[in-house]
Amino acid sequence: MPEVWIDILAVLDGTARLAAPLILCAMAGLVSERSGIVDIGLEGKLLAGAFAAAAVATLAGSPWAGLAAALAASVMLALVHGFACITHRGEQIVSGVAVNILALGMTVVIANALFRHGGHTPALGAHERFSPMALPLSETLREVPVLGSLHAELISGHNLLVYAAFFSVPLVWWLLWRTRFGLRLRAAGEMPEAVDSAGVSVSALRYRGILIAGLLCGLAGAYLSIAHGAGFVREMSAGKGFLALAALIFGRWKPLPVLFACLLFGLLDTVAPRLQGVDLPLVGPVPVALVSVLPYAMTVVLLAGFFGRAIPPRALGRPFVKEH
Amino acid sequence: MTGLPRWLDIGVLPLVNLALALLAAAVVVVLVGEDPLHVFAVLLQGAFAPGALGYTLYYATNFIFTGLAAALAFQARLFNIGAEGQAMLGGLGIAFVCLSFESVLPGPLVAVIAIAAAALFGAAWAVVPGWLQAYRGSHIVITTIMFNFLASGLMVWLLSGPIMRPGQGSPQTRLFGEGVWLPALHDLARGLGFEAARSPLNLSFLFALLACAAVWVLIWRTKFGYALRAIGHSEEAARYAGIPVRRAVVAAMALSGALAGCMALNEILGVQHKLVLNFSAGYGFTGIAVALMGRNHPLGILAASLLFGALFQGGAELNFEFETITHELALVIQGLVILFSGALAYMFTPWLARLLLSRSAARA
Repeated sequence: MPEVWIDILAVLDGTARLAAPLILCAMAGLVSERSGIVDIGLEGKLLAGAFAAAAVATLAGSPWAGLAAALAASVMLALVHGFACITHRGEQIVSGVAVNILALGMTVVIANALFRHGGHTPALGAHERFSPMALPLSETLREVPVLGSLHAELISGHNLLVYAAFFSVPLVWWLLWRTRFGLRLRAAGEMPEAVDSAGVSVSALRYRGILIAGLLCGLAGAYLSIAHGAGFVREMSAGKGFLALAALIFGRWKPLPVLFACLLFGLLDTVAPRLQGVDLPLVGPVPVALVSVLPYAMTVVLLAGFFGRAIPPRALGRPFVKEH
Repeated sequence: MTGLPRWLDIGVLPLVNLALALLAAAVVVVLVGEDPLHVFAVLLQGAFAPGALGYTLYYATNFIFTGLAAALAFQARLFNIGAEGQAMLGGLGIAFVCLSFESVLPGPLVAVIAIAAAALFGAAWAVVPGWLQAYRGSHIVITTIMFNFLASGLMVWLLSGPIMRPGQGSPQTRLFGEGVWLPALHDLARGLGFEAARSPLNLSFLFALLACAAVWVLIWRTKFGYALRAIGHSEEAARYAGIPVRRAVVAAMALSGALAGCMALNEILGVQHKLVLNFSAGYGFTGIAVALMGRNHPLGILAASLLFGALFQGGAELNFEFETITHELALVIQGLVILFSGALAYMFTPWLARLLLSRSAARA
């Protein structure tokens, strides 16, 4: 195999790994925001999910128990958000900030109480994590030119949650654009009055939206701590929830473009460390710290409407007040 | 807004919300297996014991600046979530001025320029999202979040290269000359003949108090403040009344960013005396909690800042007293305060109104 091909495969493989949690969080944000609820609490739910997964996987000795705990923790925070924003029509931004800070504090406090390890969980063994899975035929087909190595190196050999992340995109698309529930959910985010006059509860739709968001963020959290990583470290979400939010906007609240935005951001994240010490003609050494904030800069430029336009769901962030 | 009398809205509701937040935090403490009363006692003692008060006020200084920053923007219903990044830029402004001018100009003059630079850099970092919101229609919450990350990347880049202390690997600048440091209050007190315990509390605390007064005057005694409040009530109505809404939004963000940038006076010019990575340490977000609890009023913000100062200083004591509870409990309480006094602010309003007003009505 030529050297370049191996490099390309390695970069794409890294991209898939780094994009997986972004994809899950961005799909979570997509469902929530399409229903009309702003979700800047993706980061908090991701962090809570990561902690719950690692803690329970350690205590129960099973990744599946960890996964269930991650889903539960993330959904709990989603319900707090829903209770504040849907039931009590509170400010969605403020509630999101609260969710993020609560998760930041709670994960460390509980981790210290349980493990007395400076806010970390013990390192997980192989049987407590989701390990890479070899897909069928990856070894037999390896010798086939191009496709064989592509299958073996890039498509095969990821853990279950990476596949779940990529599967979540068509799933969300199907759910939102091919089912009656999806039509209503999107209507709740565009024109809640119309949904209400059709006799469908806007609140119930929005609650379902944030529940789905909670589940997806929980998956992403479990990915961080018990699939990609081997244990929880404090603040391990490290802004990925916000990066997913940027991807959601960059992809204009549409599943396929959002997926591409996540992949692009994942790719930038993968190549940034490889650019350390590389000299570009004219520019000199690549400022790696600046490359890693490129996604945020691109999102701001897009939001500014200098190229393209990102138009959010019309009723996004507006609490729905039922008329009597 | 709440339909409650002013004294209830301003005086009682924040206390009820604080009590709820503490109650929820107590539940967490119980679940962890400690006695909440003991924990709160240690917190209070840690915050107000002799020698600790200076630290409490030092934390409060940060929160006054970031709280005012959030509140000023809130007045026009703008969510400035970017105080964190604006504070970083404020620190950067101070560093640029100190590193470039301290060898050519007298210390106090450099300090004055540095203070102006902190405000200016913070303002500049907030003006861009403000302008984008006013003239390009991009949502300020999202842009200020993005600007936090951009600021953080900028800091990492500058501190690990161009302005890093020569001959050293850690991401910080060299120490500024002593002439530009803001004097510590215990030194000032000694100069006046008092003995005060050593603490990081410095002159910027007095600047913070001045900022409180200035914001009050600005919001309630100037035409501009009136415009901001009008926009906060109804942007549409403000526009029809002939208020230049777009310009006011940009100006509000500039002032908000300037206040957030001034947080760096306390941390960089007052305490660290060099620019370090991550000195803003989440204080920008605490400002949101402070503004919500203080009901966007400078006096309320002062009180809430003292409370959060006590929480952060007292929280540090928890690490020594308990094996299972650490200072991150302060973060939990902070999150709960934002939840109860922000997102769930009016959950108990009808209940409170019935309870307190029926009684006073019966008396009348």
